[in-house]
Amino acid sequence: MFENLTDKLQRAFKNLRGQGTLTEENIGEALKEIRMALLEADVNFKVVKELIDHIREKAVGQEVLTALSPAEHVVKIVRDELINVLGKDTAKLKFSSQPPTIVLMAGLQGSGKTTTSGKLANWLKQGGHRPMLVSVDVYRPAAREQLKVVANAINAKIYEGKVEESNTATVERLVKEARREAINNACDVLIVDTAGRLHIDEQLMDEMQSLKKILNPQEILFVADSMTGQDAVRSADEFHKKLTLTGVILTKMDGDARGGAALSIRNVTGQPIKFIGVGEKYDALEPFHPDRIVGRILGMGDILSLIEKAESKLDKSKSEEFARKAMSSDGFSLEDFRGQLRQVKKLGSLQSIIGMMPKIGPFANMQQAADKVDDKQLNRVEAIINSMTSHEREHHEIINGSRRKRIARGSGTTVQEVNHLLRQYAQMRKMFKSMSKPSFARRMAGMKMPGM
Amino acid sequence: MIQTLFGSTEEKPSFLKRMKEAVTRTRESLSERIEDVVAFRKEIDRETLDDLEATLLSADLGTATTATVLQALREKVDRKQVANVDELKRVLKEELLAILNSTNERPVQKVDGEPEVILVVGVNGTGKTTSIGKLTHLLRAQGKTVLLAAADTFRAAAIEQLEIWGDRTGAEVIKNKPGGDPAAVLFDALQAAKARKTDYVIVDTAGRLHTKTSLMAELEKMRRTAQRFSATAPHETLLVMDATTGQNGLQQARLFTQSAGVTGIVLTKLDGTAKGGVVVAICKELGLPVRYVGVGEKAGDLLPFNSQDFVNSLFD
Ligand SMILES: Nc1nc2c(ncn2[C@@H]2O[C@H](COP(=O)(O)OP(=O)(O)OP(=O)(O)O)[C@@H](O)[C@H]2O)c(=O)[nH]1
Ligand SMILES: [Mg+2]
Repeated sequence: MFENLTDKLQRAFKNLRGQGTLTEENIGEALKEIRMALLEADVNFKVVKELIDHIREKAVGQEVLTALSPAEHVVKIVRDELINVLGKDTAKLKFSSQPPTIVLMAGLQGSGKTTTSGKLANWLKQGGHRPMLVSVDVYRPAAREQLKVVANAINAKIYEGKVEESNTATVERLVKEARREAINNACDVLIVDTAGRLHIDEQLMDEMQSLKKILNPQEILFVADSMTGQDAVRSADEFHKKLTLTGVILTKMDGDARGGAALSIRNVTGQPIKFIGVGEKYDALEPFHPDRIVGRILGMGDILSLIEKAESKLDKSKSEEFARKAMSSDGFSLEDFRGQLRQVKKLGSLQSIIGMMPKIGPFANMQQAADKVDDKQLNRVEAIINSMTSHEREHHEIINGSRRKRIARGSGTTVQEVNHLLRQYAQMRKMFKSMSKPSFARRMAGMKMPGM
Repeated sequence: MIQTLFGSTEEKPSFLKRMKEAVTRTRESLSERIEDVVAFRKEIDRETLDDLEATLLSADLGTATTATVLQALREKVDRKQVANVDELKRVLKEELLAILNSTNERPVQKVDGEPEVILVVGVNGTGKTTSIGKLTHLLRAQGKTVLLAAADTFRAAAIEQLEIWGDRTGAEVIKNKPGGDPAAVLFDALQAAKARKTDYVIVDTAGRLHTKTSLMAELEKMRRTAQRFSATAPHETLLVMDATTGQNGLQQARLFTQSAGVTGIVLTKLDGTAKGGVVVAICKELGLPVRYVGVGEKAGDLLPFNSQDFVNSLFD
């Protein structure tokens, strides 16, 4: 059996305990493994090269999140990068203000255009639309019959028309008739299934351009097989150059292909992957989720789910809210601080949070400082804040000597500890407030986090 | 949280653009590059080997096969058996040819007076039906009689598609109704062929993903049906593979061989720009020979596989 990638990565990082910073040297092995994983997933080799270079640039100097192992941390960087390349979910179609909206299906032979046309019509019907189908594949034997069977199966309208000669003139006539028919039938979307064609077949690519001119479609969707290898960039690029695609549908995703073509195609066309086909039935069409396919491309589902777990524990919006507040002129309150503390505890440790900080200026030594912090101390800090009244938490300046005594008693700590916390809180609050100003880094030397 | 305070993970906008440019930059052919190399320096260096690696990877040979081939090459270079870049290219081609020619060619063991049965399988849309049409055309041109079994009872209008090819090539099509049992169609076709003393029975099957176990079991059942008819049938099981297929092709070949007992490959759509290099990996691992290549959509667009031409085409 092959050693799985997770193990390989973990091995690649076996020397990176304790020190925790990613360097050109210590990520070299891991990047090699990731390069192989991407290539095995059929990501185009030039795309892989660019990606790896970019990821290296990004990773070097980063501090490892202690909630994650170094290997996981690198995978996290890779994952974020791939998601960034793939873009956001976009299971949406553009609709014309003047119906019918026209969707032109394009792609190589055998990529799945006809079945996908049916699925799309089905999807539109479920969304309350009235789609009409038309096949202008006058070339492949029984292609038009195929779409007719599909249309009947999903109970969608189809314009059949007559074909005497198999040529572009017939194709052009068919789409014009179909559009008229769609209008007459009050259909609001016309899906045009076209013959599969090679991107280097000039005559048939010209035909496609002519269809585009006649129809002025809102969507030109490139239907591509998820099993496609290195050639995906060539075909997608040519189709895009000639037609200016508006989106991509990736088919046969119910198989076990890793689907690296998604990255290649997205990369050369810049167009969103709108749907994926996941079966032969007409409802087997799903919105595209970049995060899911990234797991598949990398073949590291186990690591990725670990990373996700760590991340979901960290409530992003709360953190952002805190950051905004901390840097505002009001500064953050002890109440806000307690919220953050609870987040830290959820993630596992203070080190994790520190690890997310960039290693600049005085922050460079923070990891070491954080290593000395015992998580039990964090519990004491929280206990102290818990013993305050909510008014005290919002207005730390009113906490005088007698209040301090009460708080220490209530939290089972000492007055010194309460003093220490308040001192550090004030320091930190000031530091964050000044952070929006350019010279903050200089003023931060010697600053300490509460609880240390 | 704190990350957002410093929030400078912002993307350099140029990255995606730069990447796109790198990818779509017209690839000089390897021969051109090798010529360049020859012009500037006679010695083989790291860069030349990197170029070769890029060529093999971009032809879909996959990382493992590429690594093996290059390793063999490096050893020869180290032993000074390869003096210049021209020789390097020749040796590399030899390595690839050796893999492609080392397959298990198995003579057809058919009983005289009985038809030769060819089962055609593959994932969806690879070109099974079209290849059957072309193969029929080839056999008819040799004066053979062919009977087609429309055992794709699943895909819409699959039977009609095969019938059109039957008309074009002068072959009778045995069919049942859509949704019927494909093994039953096969059985009918075998009986008809026996009665008519047809030379060949070619069986069109529905495209299926190799991961769908129930559909793969259906192929096993068809095999058994053929075997009941004649112990050595099917005499050939052709896996039709699209040349654009990437590394998943290897898994396709493995699983179709497991269930359907694949004996050879038809590599289609080589008239495009894809090289179909995954068949080298398949030959290497499974010893499956490539029998034919598809180079277009017309009846005459099927050629017997020629390993020399194929290897040369990898370097164009
Ligand atoms: N350019 C080119 N197109 C081909 C070749 N072989 C098949 N095709 C085209 O590929 C498409 C799919 O071919 P089919 O023969 O229907 O494929 P199939 O494997 O039978 O498909 P399913 O039965 O749906 O799984 C058709 O448009 C064919 O014309 C080839 O060698 N070159
Ligand atoms: Mg077919």
